[in-house]
Amino acid sequence: MSLRGAAFIAGAYEHPGRELPDHSLARIHAEVALGALADAGLSIEDVDGYFCASDAPGFGGLSMAEYLGLRLRHVDTTETGGSSYLVHVGHAAAAIAAGHCSVALVTLGGKPRSGGMPPGGSGRVTTAPEWSFESLSGVGIPANYALAAQRHMHEFGTTSEQLAEIKVAASLHAQHNPNAFLPDPVSVEEVVASPMVADPLHRLDCCVITDGGGAVVVVSPEVARGLERECVKLLGQAEAIKHTDNGRVDLTYTGAVWSGPAAFAEARVGPEDIDYVSIYDSFTITVLLTLEDLGFCEKGGGGRFVSDGALVAPHGRLPFNTDGGGLCNNHPGNRGGMTKIIEAVRQLRGEAHPAVQVPGCRLALAHGTGGSLALRMGSATLILGKGDA
Amino acid sequence: MSRLPSADPRPDPETREFWDATREGRLLLRRCRDCGTVIWYPRPICPACHRGDTEWFEASGRGTVYSYTVVHRAFGPWREAVPYLVAYVELEEGPRILTNLVDVDPGRVAIGMPVALRFDPTPNGQGLPRFGGI
Repeated sequence: MSLRGAAFIAGAYEHPGRELPDHSLARIHAEVALGALADAGLSIEDVDGYFCASDAPGFGGLSMAEYLGLRLRHVDTTETGGSSYLVHVGHAAAAIAAGHCSVALVTLGGKPRSGGMPPGGSGRVTTAPEWSFESLSGVGIPANYALAAQRHMHEFGTTSEQLAEIKVAASLHAQHNPNAFLPDPVSVEEVVASPMVADPLHRLDCCVITDGGGAVVVVSPEVARGLERECVKLLGQAEAIKHTDNGRVDLTYTGAVWSGPAAFAEARVGPEDIDYVSIYDSFTITVLLTLEDLGFCEKGGGGRFVSDGALVAPHGRLPFNTDGGGLCNNHPGNRGGMTKIIEAVRQLRGEAHPAVQVPGCRLALAHGTGGSLALRMGSATLILGKGDA
Repeated sequence: MSRLPSADPRPDPETREFWDATREGRLLLRRCRDCGTVIWYPRPICPACHRGDTEWFEASGRGTVYSYTVVHRAFGPWREAVPYLVAYVELEEGPRILTNLVDVDPGRVAIGMPVALRFDPTPNGQGLPRFGGI
């Protein structure tokens, strides 16, 4: 069974807050849930499926169902790090196709900025079987991604200046987003002159740390037909887990080498057909590897690909992350997957900021990378289209 | 021993022998008796052929740098240790293990560089496998 056309995204909402010390975690989830439902023209009473990951408070789906007063037929708390929400959209479509729900709510919330969490990921890592063989090296999240960047530079000659082009493009987009955490454009020179965090990644190669969240509402084709709001069609979704492969880890690729082709096949389109991409951008290197793995350029060619303004909207060859992405706009709860979906929906509806709206945007790709590049990651690719795509 | 933080590991029933051996300065690897695969991190069921007939053997302690990073900003006990080196070292036996390079000038590290095992003692007398230049 294909999920092509099996579901539509009817509502999408990004919390405008970036620092929310007076919000509980549950309230952030509730506010984005209500925002996405209002965007869709639906209400809490319509929701019969709920999806969240480990960023949700307490008992996850159980706690949030109670807090929101949900009456559910379907629940899914799949955890793949920051890519969880792209996985949830695919799982929601499958549940809808199976008749298990018809209005699926997906929420993300977090407050690492005001909540005192150290930068980096989240998850139940201290009981993991690998913990003693990794964490005692002091490898933080930036170092983890730096290991992949260093190897890519070694094998393919990628430079810090090329990585910086990715941040520059994101910053050019962020200047048009009034909610962006870092709204000022930066130059390649400023990126490579910013303090080194983990060689070769500088501070400006890293995403922001923000409170906030977002939500989407995934509905059946029947529900979509009854809504006035423009709905975005799910054309393809695939997910993959890449891990260290019994100590034979290869740092030059991500799980997108598997999720990308599978999503394209389901959507029956190819990289050349895509008008806009939301690419998970925890760090600049994450974007570079993902572009290669999704087939937008050849393996090793990412540095050259991003060097001539290819990613800059609206007229670059492959406009990306037009909200400013995790690098400049928002990375709520240290998890960037939800905002990737939301900006793709804005682009397909023609509701991105006019300065970065891709003209005639009909096909968009959103990709998430959860976990970490040098160890294990959950990769998920979504291909979305206009309602008649 | 290096100046890096060296916290106690958290052995479980599958890794107790591994950590006990580090007290004697030995790095144990697990190997599948059926298919010969060298297993990392240690576990009793072979992740290649999924049979459970695996055994310990002692690694040579020699390897090369597969990738590395010089960490300049860190948190918790590592905050004061910067700059320090995190690396993937490819062991002679095959596995690439996440570790630290110690007593090496960060400016002279290179991918492919040969390194040798040394242990940093933890408070309870176990050892963390780290690598230095040859």
